[in-house]
Amino acid sequence: MIINHPLLGPRDAQEFTYLGDAALMNRPDGLSFPTPDAAQDAFHDYLYQRTNPAGEHRELWYHEQGDRSWLVVTRNTVTHEITAVELARDVARAQGRSK
Amino acid sequence: MADPLLKPLTPLGSDTPASATIGPVTITEVTDTALASLAARRGQDISAAAKAAGIPLPGPGRAEQAAPYAAFWLGPDQWMIEAPYATHEDITAVLKPVFTEAASLTEQTDAWVRFDVTGDRLPALFERLCNVDIARHGAGFATRTMLEHLGCYVVIRTTGHISVLGPRSSAASLYHALTTAAKSAF
Amino acid sequence: MTQKNRITGGQIDRTRTLSFTFDGKSYAGHPGDTLASALLANGVRLMGRSFKYHRPRGPLSAGSEEPNAIVQLRSGARQEPNTRATVAELFDGLTASSQNRFPSLSFDLMGVNDLLSPFFAAGFYYKTFMWPAKFWEKVYEPIIRHAAGLGALSKQDDPDEYDKGFLHCDLLIIGAGPAGLSAALTAGRAGARVIVTDEDFRMGGRLNAETFTLGDQSGADWATATVAELAQMPSVRLMPRTTTLGAMDHGIYSAVERVSDHLAAPLAGKPRQTLWRIYSARALLTGGATERPIAFENNDRPGIMLAGALRAYANRWGATVGDRVAVFTNNDDGLRTATDLQAKGIDVAAVIDTRTGGPLLPGIRHLQGAEVTGSTGRLGLSSITIRHANGRSETLPVTALGVSGGWNPNLNIASHHRGRPVWNETLAAFTPGPTGPVGLTAAGAAAGEMSTHAALHGGANAAIAALSDLGRTATKPDLPSAEDAPLNLSPKWYVAGKGRAWVDQQNDVTVKDVKLAHQENFVSVEHLKRYTTLGMATDQGKTGNILGLAVMAELTGKSIPDTGTTIYRPPYTPVAMGALGGRSRGHDFKPTRLTPSHKWASEQGAVFVEVGMWLRAQWFPKPGETTWRQSVDREVLATRACVGICDVTTLGKIDIQGTDAGAFLDRVYANTFSTLAVGKVRYGLMLREDGIVMDDGTTARMGQNEWVMTTTTANAVPVFRHLEYVRQCLYPDMDVQLISTTEAWAQYSVAGPNARKLLQKLVDQDISDAAFPYMACGNITVKGTRARLFRISFSGELAYEIAVPTRYGDAMIRALMEAGREFDAVAYGTEALGVMRVEKGHVAGNELNGQSTALNMGLGKMVSKKKDAIGMVLSGREGLTTEDGLRIVGVKPVDPAQPLTAGAHLLGHGKAAIAANDDGWLTSVVYSPHVGSSIALGYLKNGAARIGERLRAVNLLAKTEVEVEIVSPHFVDPEGDRLRG
Repeated sequence: MIINHPLLGPRDAQEFTYLGDAALMNRPDGLSFPTPDAAQDAFHDYLYQRTNPAGEHRELWYHEQGDRSWLVVTRNTVTHEITAVELARDVARAQGRSK
Repeated sequence: MADPLLKPLTPLGSDTPASATIGPVTITEVTDTALASLAARRGQDISAAAKAAGIPLPGPGRAEQAAPYAAFWLGPDQWMIEAPYATHEDITAVLKPVFTEAASLTEQTDAWVRFDVTGDRLPALFERLCNVDIARHGAGFATRTMLEHLGCYVVIRTTGHISVLGPRSSAASLYHALTTAAKSAF
Repeated sequence: MTQKNRITGGQIDRTRTLSFTFDGKSYAGHPGDTLASALLANGVRLMGRSFKYHRPRGPLSAGSEEPNAIVQLRSGARQEPNTRATVAELFDGLTASSQNRFPSLSFDLMGVNDLLSPFFAAGFYYKTFMWPAKFWEKVYEPIIRHAAGLGALSKQDDPDEYDKGFLHCDLLIIGAGPAGLSAALTAGRAGARVIVTDEDFRMGGRLNAETFTLGDQSGADWATATVAELAQMPSVRLMPRTTTLGAMDHGIYSAVERVSDHLAAPLAGKPRQTLWRIYSARALLTGGATERPIAFENNDRPGIMLAGALRAYANRWGATVGDRVAVFTNNDDGLRTATDLQAKGIDVAAVIDTRTGGPLLPGIRHLQGAEVTGSTGRLGLSSITIRHANGRSETLPVTALGVSGGWNPNLNIASHHRGRPVWNETLAAFTPGPTGPVGLTAAGAAAGEMSTHAALHGGANAAIAALSDLGRTATKPDLPSAEDAPLNLSPKWYVAGKGRAWVDQQNDVTVKDVKLAHQENFVSVEHLKRYTTLGMATDQGKTGNILGLAVMAELTGKSIPDTGTTIYRPPYTPVAMGALGGRSRGHDFKPTRLTPSHKWASEQGAVFVEVGMWLRAQWFPKPGETTWRQSVDREVLATRACVGICDVTTLGKIDIQGTDAGAFLDRVYANTFSTLAVGKVRYGLMLREDGIVMDDGTTARMGQNEWVMTTTTANAVPVFRHLEYVRQCLYPDMDVQLISTTEAWAQYSVAGPNARKLLQKLVDQDISDAAFPYMACGNITVKGTRARLFRISFSGELAYEIAVPTRYGDAMIRALMEAGREFDAVAYGTEALGVMRVEKGHVAGNELNGQSTALNMGLGKMVSKKKDAIGMVLSGREGLTTEDGLRIVGVKPVDPAQPLTAGAHLLGHGKAAIAANDDGWLTSVVYSPHVGSSIALGYLKNGAARIGERLRAVNLLAKTEVEVEIVSPHFVDPEGDRLRG
C-alpha cells in the first residue's frame, strides 16, 4: 500500500507500523472520575471496545522508518482505498487534546 | 582536547575511513562531520536565530548545504545539523548559545555511520537498496527510509553524490549492503 | 544426434551450436531455442510423466502455461526442479532431466497407477486415506509423496545470490506483444517513464510466432525494430526475462527478473534473479491470450499440442513436432497452423474442423463437422481417430496434432484484488471485468482484442488513456496495417467418449472427474476446484480451467458465466524461494549490530550471543577453562570480590528534552519523575494502558529540561514508538522533544568493591561517595574526553555506568581494563550479568513477560495514584490485584547439589502435577557461585507471605522434580549496603 504522508507525499506502507483504531487517541483522564470503578469502566471501554468495520476506518499508523509522525489514515478495510491522511497531532489538537 | 589515552575508531572499526570503488561508483566512509539534532521547543520560532547563525532549516524531505553548517529535515520541527568535526567536535556546546532555551539539541555525531556514494548512474545502484526514486529527486532531497532492514537517511548532495547515514552499530552490515548492491548493479 | 526435425526459418542463430543433455543423452540446439524447441528439433517428444497417473507427456504449449513438460535443470547445488522446458532458455552445457519417473522416462514402474486409474478418481485421497488418522503421517503421506512427487531438491545450499530492488514509473506495461509494444511506443514517445516487462527472452509475443505481416515487415521484424527504438528512449526501461507476478495495492507490482537463468552460472557478483517491487502510477496488462485445448479421449499423448504452439515451434524455432501432422480446431486461428505448416513443407494430413459451412482451405484435406475421438501411440502419438460428419470413423496415422479450442485472455493479474472477469460470448472466453486492481487496464488479446490490428490500436489507445489520467498528452503513432480477421469460433469443449479425456493435464483431472464431482454435488466452481484439484497445480490451470467450467456448466444446465469462474492469485508463474528471500539469508538474514567493545572482545576470544540484532559477549573464556560455567562463575566472583566491566551499550537510550519533559515522564512512568533533582537517576516502571508492565529502566535528569531514559535492549524501538504516540496523539501540546541516542554513546558498567578506585584513575572529576553518591549522574571527562557517568547498579555492587562518544568505545574498554589491572579487574558477559541480577533479585525479560503487573513483581507501591499515568487505572483491576495473586520470590533447592530448571512449576507436597494444583513457576534460573547452588526467581501465588515454605519444582518436560525452599528474591546484600558503599 501507499500512504500519502501529509508532509512527505506518497510513501510505501512498509515504512509504517500499524496500531489500530484512531479512537485510541480519546484517552480519558484517569483522575477525572468520582470512583475507581467509574474510572475502570471508562478505561475498559476506551481500551477494549473498538469497532472493526468492513469499510471506512480511521486508524493510527506510525512512520517508524520515516519521520516518526503518527498519522490518522482513513482507509477502506475492504478495498484498501485511502481517502484521507492527517497528522495525528493535528487531529488530537482539533479534538481538544492538549497537555 | 582528548587525551591520547582514548583514540577514536571509525564506525567500521579502523583507524582510517574505508573506501571502495566498484564500477562507476565510489563508496567512502565519512568521519569528519559532527552531527546534532535540533528540535524547536513547543511554540518557539527558531528560524531567525538559525538564520543569524547561518544554519539552514530546510523543509520536509529536504537538505540544504551552507558553510560551515548543513542540515536536513528529520521530522516536524526537527533537523539534523551537520558541521565540520574539526571545528565542531562538541557541536551541541557550540549551538546551545544560538538557540538557548528555544530549542533542544542532542549530540548525534557518533550515532551514525555515514557513507558517501559518488559517481555516475547512482539511481542504478540505489534501486537495489531502497524505495527512494533517486532519478526523480534531485539535489537537496533528503529522507529516512529502509535500506536492507536498516533505518537510514539518504541525502542527495548532488546527482553524483549521495550520503547514506545508517545506525553506527550496523556499519559493517550497511557497507556490505552497499558494496554488494554495487557489484550487482555494475 | 542430428536435429532431424529442424526445419528452415525461425529466430534462432544457426551460426552457433549449443550442446546440452536430456536424461544423460547429448543433443544440439541453437541460441534462441528453448529446451522444448531444441528437444522437438531433435525428435524428442516425450519429456515427462504426469503427476498422478504417470502418463507419458510431451509439451502441450510453447510458453509459460505449460502443464506437462516439467523438467529438472542443471545438477549439483544448482539443481532446479519443476521447470517448464517450454520457457527454459537453452545454453551451452545445459543438463536437463525428466522427473516423476522410475527408473526411466520410457519405462516408468509407477505407470501402474494409470492401470489403476479407476481407483484414483477425484476425491480418491480424501476418501481413501482418512482412516486410521495416525497412518497419515507415517504411511500414507510418504507413499503418496514418492508416487506423486514432482522434482527433487538438491538439499544443498544454493550457491547463487538473489537480489531485490525498487523501480518507479508512470506506466507499467505487462507483456511486450503487439499491444504492449504499441503502448510502449505511444507512451515512450510522449516522454513518460515506462517499464515494459515480458517473461520471454525475446520481446514481441505472438508476433515472433506468426507469419503474417505488419505493413511491409514481418511481425518479428516489426517487433525487433520497435524494441530497438524503445531501447533508445531514456525514459523507457525494457525488461525481458521478467515476469510480473502480481498486483499489490495502490499501483505496486512485483516482478521477477531472471538475470542469469540463461547462463550456466551467474557472472561474478551478479544475481541469479532479481525480485523487483515496481511502483506505477498506471499499469497496462497486455499479456496476450492462452490457447485452450478441446478434450477428447487420450488427448494427452506426446505430439498432441495446442495448434498455436505447433506453429510457434515451426515459425519461431524452425522445429516440427512430426513429419505428418493434423489440426483439430473449432475456430479460424487453428486453420493458420495447417497453412503455415504446409507452407513449410510439412505433410498436413487433415484439418478436423468441428464447424460446418464456411470456406474450405485450399489444397488441404479440410474435414468440416468432424471431431477427433481418440489417439494411439505408447510413448508418443502415432495415430488419431476421426469421426466424420456422417458418423464414419477413420484412423489417421500422424505424429503430431495441433488442437485449438479457442483463446483465453490472460486476465490473471486483472483478477487480483478479486477482479471478477466477464464472459465474452463471441470469444467464448472470460475477459477482464471493470473491477480489479485500481489503475490497471487491459489491452490487446488480454482484453479480448484478438486480431493484430485490434491489439496494436488497443494498446496505443490504452496508453493514451492512462497518460491522460496522469495529465499527460500522448498521440497515437502511425501503426502498420495488420490482419484483422475474426476468430469465428464455435464453442466445442470436449468430445464425448468412454475413455479418459484430459482437462487439467498437470493435475491429471479428466472430464470424468468433473462429472463425478457433479454427481457428488460439488457443483460450485470453488468446490469443483478443490474436490478435483482442477487448476490447483503450479500452472494454476491456465490451459484447463475454462474447459473444466464448461463441462460443469453443461452438466448443471447453466451457462458458463452463471456457473462462475475461479480467479487467479499471485504469482503469475511459480517463483523460486531464493528470489523472495533476496540477499536476506544466512549471515545476511538480518543486519548485525556490533557493540563498541566488539573488536576488543573478539581479541579476548569472547563467546558471542545474538540478542535481537546485537552480538553481545556472553562470557570471556580464560586459558584452562573448559566449560562455560567455569568462565561465568569466575566473572561473577571476581566482580563481587574486586571489580568487573561489562558493555551495556545495547540498552536503549532516549534523549528527552523540553519544559514539559518531567510531566511527560510522569505520564509514561507509573512512578513520579518530575520531582527528581537535576543530577539524579531514578528507576522507572513503564506500564501499558492495560496495567501490564511494558518496560523498565533508569532515567537520569541531566539538566533542568534534559533527561536521558534507558530502556531494555529488546524494547528500545517499541518504547520509542510508545513515547512518540503519547507525545503526538495523547498530549500534543506538551513541550517534549525525543531522539534516540542508543548508538551515540558507548556505555560500560563498572561494578564491584573497587569500581570507584578504578574509575577515579580515569575520571578527571571527584567521584567520591560524597561528591557522587548512589543514583547520581553527570557530565564528566575521561582524561579530557567528554563523558557521562551514572551511579547505578544492576549487579547489586558498588557500580557505575560510564559513557563516552562511541568512537572512543574501543579505547575506553582498553583503558578500563588497563586501569583495572591492579585490581584484577575482569570483563564479564551477559551470562554473568544475568547471574548477578538474579542474585540481586532484579527483574528482566523473563519476568517482564507481557503478563506481569508491578504488583506481581513486588513493585506495586511504585504505581502512583496521585497522578494520571498510562496503565494506572487498569492496573487496579480486580483480577490484577487479588491478595493471593502471583508475587515474585526467590527459590533455591533444599539440596544444593540439585539443579533447577527454568519453567518448572511450583507445587505443594503431595499434590498431583496438574494445572489445578499449580502454584506458580520459575522464571529465571542461574547457578549462583555466591550461594553455591542453583537459584531462581519465580512467580508464586501469595508468594510474599510464603517465605520459608518448602515446595516441589516440577518440570514435566525435563522430567525433573526438586524440593525447593521459597526465599527472598534478594540473595545478595538485601539491605543494599554494597551499592551505597
